[in-house]
Amino acid sequence: MRVNVLYFASIRESIGVSAEVLQTQAQNVEQLRDELINRGGIYAEVLSPNKVLKTALNQEMCTPQSPLSEGCELAFFPPVTGG
Amino acid sequence: MSFTVSIQTEDFDISKEIACLRAYDSSVGAVCSFVGTVREREQHIAGSEISSLELEHYPSMTERSIEKIMQSARERFKINAARIVHRVGLLQPMDQIVLVAVTSPHRGESFKACEFLMDYLKTEAPFWKKELTAGGARWVDARVSDDDAAARWRSES
Repeated sequence: MRVNVLYFASIRESIGVSAEVLQTQAQNVEQLRDELINRGGIYAEVLSPNKVLKTALNQEMCTPQSPLSEGCELAFFPPVTGG
Repeated sequence: MSFTVSIQTEDFDISKEIACLRAYDSSVGAVCSFVGTVREREQHIAGSEISSLELEHYPSMTERSIEKIMQSARERFKINAARIVHRVGLLQPMDQIVLVAVTSPHRGESFKACEFLMDYLKTEAPFWKKELTAGGARWVDARVSDDDAAARWRSES
């Protein structure tokens, strides 16, 4: 399936892109994160399971187990610091 | 009864915002508001004085997440109206960043709802601050105390 992946703040800066479209077999958020980590390099570093990061699926906070669907939007970002 | 959110680069006028919020509602007996501002960092860290602050957000998610927080506040407290304004872009020390204003018949509910909205905004709304100092730029770390503040409401529910 096709997934629109977005990166924000420090994650966007480290990876060097703000968005990409992925063709993936991943069924949920955790599997897609693993797929990105398997690219190695900066992806492995920034998305490492040791890093505290948040994910949002179709603009709602989600969990590692949240299921992906065709054309969904998945965002990776650090804990928020507004206000 | 209005519950509205604005994300904007421009500054806001708290008097005007409050006047709009309580207009035509004679059942309002209390208005509680909070304004967050850009502060300088502790001066003892040499060279770390903020020259400016950059605020990034996730446009399609930001308003939706704040509307959700407002909905929880409406279900939880007897409030008449609420208004949240959050600025993004480049800000300077002493600038206003965020406004949370709430109206209700009695003060207790406004006080509580205002703090509730702010606590959840701090942990749920997708904004990120980057400090720009003479020594370089750095992303602000999330604070554990902010998570604790939001968690407190969960344990009280």
